[in-house]
Amino acid sequence: MSSRKSRSRQTGTPMISEEQINDLVLQLHRLLPELGNNRRSGKVSASRVLQETCSYIRNLSKEVDDLSERLSQLLESTDSDQAALIRSLLMQ
Amino acid sequence: MASLISDTEPPTTSTTTDLVRRKKKRSSVSSAASSRTSAASVSCESHTRWRSEKQQRIYSAKLIQALQQVRLNNSSAEATSSPTAQKRGRAVREAADRALAVSARGRTLWSRAILANRIKLKFRKQKRPRATTAIPVTTTVVSSSNRSRKRRVSVLRLNKKSIPSVNRKVRVLGRLVPGCGKQSVPVILEEATDYIQALEMQVRAMNSLAQLLSSYGSAPPPI
Repeated sequence: MSSRKSRSRQTGTPMISEEQINDLVLQLHRLLPELGNNRRSGKVSASRVLQETCSYIRNLSKEVDDLSERLSQLLESTDSDQAALIRSLLMQ
Repeated sequence: MASLISDTEPPTTSTTTDLVRRKKKRSSVSSAASSRTSAASVSCESHTRWRSEKQQRIYSAKLIQALQQVRLNNSSAEATSSPTAQKRGRAVREAADRALAVSARGRTLWSRAILANRIKLKFRKQKRPRATTAIPVTTTVVSSSNRSRKRRVSVLRLNKKSIPSVNRKVRVLGRLVPGCGKQSVPVILEEATDYIQALEMQVRAMNSLAQLLSSYGSAPPPI
């Protein structure tokens, strides 16, 4: 991404510099699991970061869905549920 | 018990506290947790916020209460309709998301959107199926991104912000994060960073909870 400042004013919205967006994208990139990004840590294309962010969020969301299914099955099966939950809470 | 919430989170919106109070039926469980978590001070830094042990403990406590509520609802509703496995899983997912949004203490857009969606659904008496209006599911993202490509061209000319492909991807990302469909680019990016960390914590908490429950089911837990 080239670092050009926005020259035109937008009506109603505050002007946001390109550098700010770059910083945000870099921050986002730091959160992502570093699978293939280690090689070119110097320059990361924003497009690729955003793409990986999208797929990462989808993966996490799917993981939460699977876990919630598993939890619902576990909650159904355990009869002495309340004791288990209290115990698990106290053990943490 | 309301003491847990009043210690750990000031009521930012009345709707938040109403939702939380409805979950608070088991006071014995929450009082045990409140003594430990009431001293927890959530740091303002977004990077450490979702990764601290205290935050995970707060979330786990809320999650367990929400899950107990779900279990109550399921046991009471079983006489009328037989809940399928998918519905049960979705109910758990929504309870977990609600607990996560409450743990965010109203500071982020996505948490407010999650909580607002629940209230809207309760008032609307579920005219529409929940999947389309609640948490964005991947299928809806795929179908709507094709539509939006034609719409977003006009937005690009107004903004003159950056390369169209980047802007398009930011829009897609904005639809993945709840409540950020029509926000500006930096807002979407900021919300996404917080949302990712919150999701990671949610995964960790639910994982450990599932492990505890499954281990309890098979053998008594080691002390």
